[in-house]
Amino acid sequence: MSSPVRRGPTRDTLLVAPRGTPVSFRISRSSVLLTVLTGMAAVAVATASLVLGVYPISASDALTIVGGGGTLIEREVVLGDRLPRALTGLGVGAAFALSGAILQRIAANPLVSPDIIGINSGAAMGALTVLLIVGGSGLQLVFGALAGAILAALMIVLIAYRRGLHGFRLVLVGIGVAAMLSSAISYLLTRSDIHRAMSAAAWLTGSLANRSGLHVTIILIALAATVPVLIAMSRHLRLLELGDDLTRTLTGTGQGRKVLLLLIAVVLAAMATAAAGPIGFVALVAPQITRRILAERQVGLAPSAAVGALLVVSADLAGRSIFAPAEMPVGVLTAILGAPVLLYLLARAHRIGAAG
Amino acid sequence: MTPQPAHATPSVSLTTEQLSLGYGSSLIVDQVSTSLPAGRITAIVGPNGCGKSTLLRGLARLLSPQHGRVLLDGTELTEMPARTLARTLGLLPQQPLAPDGITVADLVGRGRHPHQRWFRQWSAEDEQAVAAALAATGVDQLAESPIDELSGGQRQRVWIALALAQNPDIMLLDEPTTFLDLAHQIEVLDLLASLNHRLGRTIVLVLHDLNMASRYAHHLVAMRAGTLVTAGPPSEVITPEVVRDVFGVEATVITDPVAGTPLVLPHRSVDIEAAR
Repeated sequence: MSSPVRRGPTRDTLLVAPRGTPVSFRISRSSVLLTVLTGMAAVAVATASLVLGVYPISASDALTIVGGGGTLIEREVVLGDRLPRALTGLGVGAAFALSGAILQRIAANPLVSPDIIGINSGAAMGALTVLLIVGGSGLQLVFGALAGAILAALMIVLIAYRRGLHGFRLVLVGIGVAAMLSSAISYLLTRSDIHRAMSAAAWLTGSLANRSGLHVTIILIALAATVPVLIAMSRHLRLLELGDDLTRTLTGTGQGRKVLLLLIAVVLAAMATAAAGPIGFVALVAPQITRRILAERQVGLAPSAAVGALLVVSADLAGRSIFAPAEMPVGVLTAILGAPVLLYLLARAHRIGAAG
Repeated sequence: MTPQPAHATPSVSLTTEQLSLGYGSSLIVDQVSTSLPAGRITAIVGPNGCGKSTLLRGLARLLSPQHGRVLLDGTELTEMPARTLARTLGLLPQQPLAPDGITVADLVGRGRHPHQRWFRQWSAEDEQAVAAALAATGVDQLAESPIDELSGGQRQRVWIALALAQNPDIMLLDEPTTFLDLAHQIEVLDLLASLNHRLGRTIVLVLHDLNMASRYAHHLVAMRAGTLVTAGPPSEVITPEVVRDVFGVEATVITDPVAGTPLVLPHRSVDIEAAR
């Protein structure tokens, strides 16, 4: 007890308890390592994406440009196009991953991710309604996405609720709602004129092309508003996956925290969708990758966010480098990476059903 | 590692006064008034659907009374602060959910929640409590094993360890032996008996098997169709009349030659309604 930091019960854990304070934490070394390494890799890829592309810019030039120098066209390429794109990519990757990690924990089921159960589709439906019917854009689109996602979540919860929410019912109802929403989206697209429908369809795969300061702001505000709450509440996530009864006896309280966490997950998915379209599979895959790497099962929000950010910026960079000068939307790349993971999880669904 | 010392004053009593519980408009437990002795093992028995588990959920404050109240040491359960309640009552649900791939020590550690704060999410005290709970339930060798690799009996021990790490005065268990074979049933019930004996925990459990209940419990609560039929020590409660009224079974009751407790030998089932 003399040292403020000592080994925990397993090799991976450290107990941090500064003397003279009531503060005491357990830290998983593998979790910290994964977060730091993945976070650094994500920032490195994002930085590389400032340099790489059709318009070549050297690393030293990029530094000068970010520092305020460079020609007008260089400034436009780096600051006007590539920087917002990279920042939006980092932000939406983290937001989707956090949303997935929260929902998967609450439902104790990996298939309960915003992209599978129709939260992203709800956000997309809301955004498209604003885009195609109201004719709005920018901020209005954000409110459309938020409203759509919250309505989709409400619908799923109301249909799936039966003396509590159970993972497998949520998945089945969610897939149904997602299917319903995607047919509604198709209907919207067929009703609108061809040019708007084309750009909407591109947006629907999830794309980071033509991002601006607005998109960066949207996603940063979403993260700034939710991350502090998540830091305060992460310890409850560990309980929620034990089911309602144990959560309630271990906290002595009702369902309030669960509802708040659910809302945060929905808001994160909605804002990320508003900023970059419903990029699929990040929310599903990032927490699952994190979970499988970390033997010691920490809450895993921070490493999931880092993995999500890395996934999205890498997929985006690959999508515009491999096929240059053409561009493959980031959502197509994440789908190629994520679909096998979904298949794997579905193949294990009998076990998930038993657990959920 | 020695087990946690017994509480200085382990006697926390649970009492129900005309307690009615249900979901929505359907009433499942109807006007039950009974007192569960502190520091003893109480078994709630009765046929399927008689409201045993619902009564247990009411005792755990998972269901709010539609009428009447539950008193914990004289304080109404609904009036108790959340943290106090979480430190007083522990629960083993009928089918608890273990997160995919979780290790035994990690799962048991989650039972420490009511003793933790945001700034003190894990302390040396938590570590000791988990080690003691693992030792007391005999699963300390399995601490780093994933829970899905354990047998049914070991798994129940781990869930009991979680409730023990929570360090509650009263442990509520909903059919802890239902999915276990005979050897594992005995294993779990022996463990509960020793926790009650050595650590002075008040234990309330729902049991299907009347003979197991009479052997392990000090106090029985017999229910039928949502109402209390009778309550008391097994030697007083288990009579041919009660077995017929509660379970609808014609039976002979003899003294268990092993434990000296009542042993029910069923003859045939009878239609209780017609017999009345």
